[in-house]
Amino acid sequence: MPAYQRMLDPTPNGPHSGESPLLTTVGLTKRYGDFLANDSIDIDVWPNEIHALLGENGAGKSTLVKAIYGLIQPSAGEIRWRGERIVLSGPSEARSRGIGMVFQHFSLFDNLTVAENVALGLDGRESFRDMSARLEQVSKTYGLPLDPKREVWQLSVGERQRIEIVRALMQDPKFLILDEPTAVLTPQEADQLFVVLERLKAEGRAILYISHKLEEVKRLCDTATILRGGRKIQTCNPRRETAASLARMMVGGEIREVKAAAGRQTTIPRLVVNDLSLPPDEPHGIRLEHISFELKGGEILGIAGVAGNGQDELFAALSGERLSNDPGTVVIEGIAAGHLSITKRRKLGAAFVPEERLGHGTAPRMKLSENALLTGHAASGMVHHGFIDTAATLQTVDKATETFDVRKAKRDPEAASLSGGNLQKFIVGREILRSPAVLVVSQPTWGVDAGAAAVIRQALLDLASAGAAVLVTSQDLDELAEIADRIAVMFHGRLSAPLAASEATREKLGLLMGGSSLEPREAAHAVGA
Amino acid sequence: MELVEAIILSVLAASTPLLIAATGELVTERSGVLNLGVEGMMIVGAACGFGGAWLTGSIFIGALFGIVAGILMSLIFALMALGLAVNQVATGLALTIFGVGLSGLIGAGFVGERISPAAHLTIPGLTEIPLIGHVLFGEDGFVYFSIALIIGAWWFLYRTRAGLILRACGDNHVSAHALGYPVLRIRTFAVMFGGACAGLAGAYLPLAYTPFFIPGMTAGRGWIALALVVFASWRPGRLVVGAYLFGAVTILQLHAQGFGVGIPSQFMSALPYLATVIVLVLLSRARTGGSTAPAALGTVFVPDR
Repeated sequence: MPAYQRMLDPTPNGPHSGESPLLTTVGLTKRYGDFLANDSIDIDVWPNEIHALLGENGAGKSTLVKAIYGLIQPSAGEIRWRGERIVLSGPSEARSRGIGMVFQHFSLFDNLTVAENVALGLDGRESFRDMSARLEQVSKTYGLPLDPKREVWQLSVGERQRIEIVRALMQDPKFLILDEPTAVLTPQEADQLFVVLERLKAEGRAILYISHKLEEVKRLCDTATILRGGRKIQTCNPRRETAASLARMMVGGEIREVKAAAGRQTTIPRLVVNDLSLPPDEPHGIRLEHISFELKGGEILGIAGVAGNGQDELFAALSGERLSNDPGTVVIEGIAAGHLSITKRRKLGAAFVPEERLGHGTAPRMKLSENALLTGHAASGMVHHGFIDTAATLQTVDKATETFDVRKAKRDPEAASLSGGNLQKFIVGREILRSPAVLVVSQPTWGVDAGAAAVIRQALLDLASAGAAVLVTSQDLDELAEIADRIAVMFHGRLSAPLAASEATREKLGLLMGGSSLEPREAAHAVGA
Repeated sequence: MELVEAIILSVLAASTPLLIAATGELVTERSGVLNLGVEGMMIVGAACGFGGAWLTGSIFIGALFGIVAGILMSLIFALMALGLAVNQVATGLALTIFGVGLSGLIGAGFVGERISPAAHLTIPGLTEIPLIGHVLFGEDGFVYFSIALIIGAWWFLYRTRAGLILRACGDNHVSAHALGYPVLRIRTFAVMFGGACAGLAGAYLPLAYTPFFIPGMTAGRGWIALALVVFASWRPGRLVVGAYLFGAVTILQLHAQGFGVGIPSQFMSALPYLATVIVLVLLSRARTGGSTAPAALGTVFVPDR
């Protein structure tokens, strides 16, 4: 049936009438050694359907879609395509059957152009010139503008995702897998993506949609399959569920509700930034311009914004990875610290959690105890006369493990062996256990499952209740709404005046994130206020 | 006038092995593999190339022997660094040390023997043109082949789909794997191509440059070829310029000594490396954000299945 007829087809007897599922997995199992990543999973995905795949990290979502995309071979069970059993030798065979995929961690090549990146995702049967022409046509049809000649490293995250989507669409897939597509988008960009997805659905395609964001799934998806620990828990209609009931199925129990202690007292200013301007240290870095704010003890300030608007640069300036010529630009606990090194700032009572867990927050190939030492040696007595107190470092690990429920295979594994959520709990825990006066944390729950995210957010709230000043940079507006007292937005190296959390609606924040000002006249005033 | 022509001819001869070996290494590194064994593959290629020509009397068969020897050496590297995911730097260094020893063993039987070197082209009427005649129309086959080779490599890398896939593996092997490209197989072919080129470049020395084999006759040319790839910032066009520049420096060094110019010869021999360091500094200062080196260069890749 041609696409336009499908669009007109009213499908009166429910969504699946008169059709058979496009893709079915029957008892799909993937075993890695003793570990069952997928345990006998059955799902049906129908045409004209957006099917959500929900689950915590490690639930087996990625393994399942990798098997459907032919990247890994299932150990048992089968995949059926239009009722017929298929064995996929690799992604190119999946693509030729009409299965497309948009990866979570973009599978792009930074030093190649947009057109070359797209060409690599196709089978190469058409000439490069024809392909470029078709690329322009597809990107125009779906309202996903792209310049085919630019190299990927020059593009924003949103544009990069567009490449992935256009690349998948150019194969005219009947079945499209999207792995956490909105994790890096502004609310407005996500809305635009939903329009595209609705349109693809109306064209009769099926979409398998992996996400953590339950509200988004409720809004967009027709069906949801929930995985937990490699098993399928249930398939349901997400519109008839609540976010809480979906979360319960994902976690297998109640999620600890994040609660702010009533009536937190704000005390003295603990972190003050005065008119901080800093030129970028990389060719494509962002210049920080006249950033000022005051953060009191007991308060959480959220910084929202699309990635790449100066958040990394601000973090570096606050943590001391980059020094300022003017000591007064960063004041920690009343002491001008703009010129002080990271260690000296830590000694003043500051603690820092960077965005990148592996490589920045921890040294991946070193043990947790060694990683604890690396940030803790300045202020936590793990070193005596230049010698490491191994018992003390292990104690720190144990304490962080216990307090923050870090799950790991042995007492002191390598940092890289932990899952993202558990490593993040460890890193945040390591800093919080030092009871800092100021905590600067960047993307605390990025790529972290719901259970771990709740633990981390609660820890931040508790830390503020205990009198610390907490600065949270996040792209997740729901997260900021949940924990922050005030929210400011970073755009092109400038920080907007903070809004009280109660006034910071998604619309207002979205406008600020896109660079518009709320009141044009006050805008110039607000910057640097 | 004749001195100028002689200098140009000797520069071309000195540059050719550098160009051939560096072309192979450039393709290898573009696929994301750093093979530091160029010197070792070259010297084994030299020994086998000379042996082949000495036994059969054919320069062509000698060159084939050199190529096959280079490929066999590179397969040792591929087995270790790609198949077993061993550190590429260590494997490459080991290959060079192994190659230097092995070539001495292979070549022990024919040290001191001579062959007649590769014939030079003669086109009546053209070759006799003063100054440019011999330069353009009177070279041996290796010189013409080396130029065809680098043009071919450029065309392959930038004009074919296979070349695009190879560059993609060098930029991000995880993505290339996710898209379904056989990263290790592609890299193995690239390493073998590098080995073939290094073997041929090595064979050039006893077959055309000096018509006899002596142990250690590559004399660090493999290392210069490696430096050349970096000097050229992994671009074929710059590689040609660099190869002739580095070749000229080595010749200049001889002539400078002959004329009694007071520059220590050690300084002249160090010039290619010094130039590479300076180019690296300039490149990193002029960098606009993308990386000049293949982003996955030298990193180990193990596909998950």
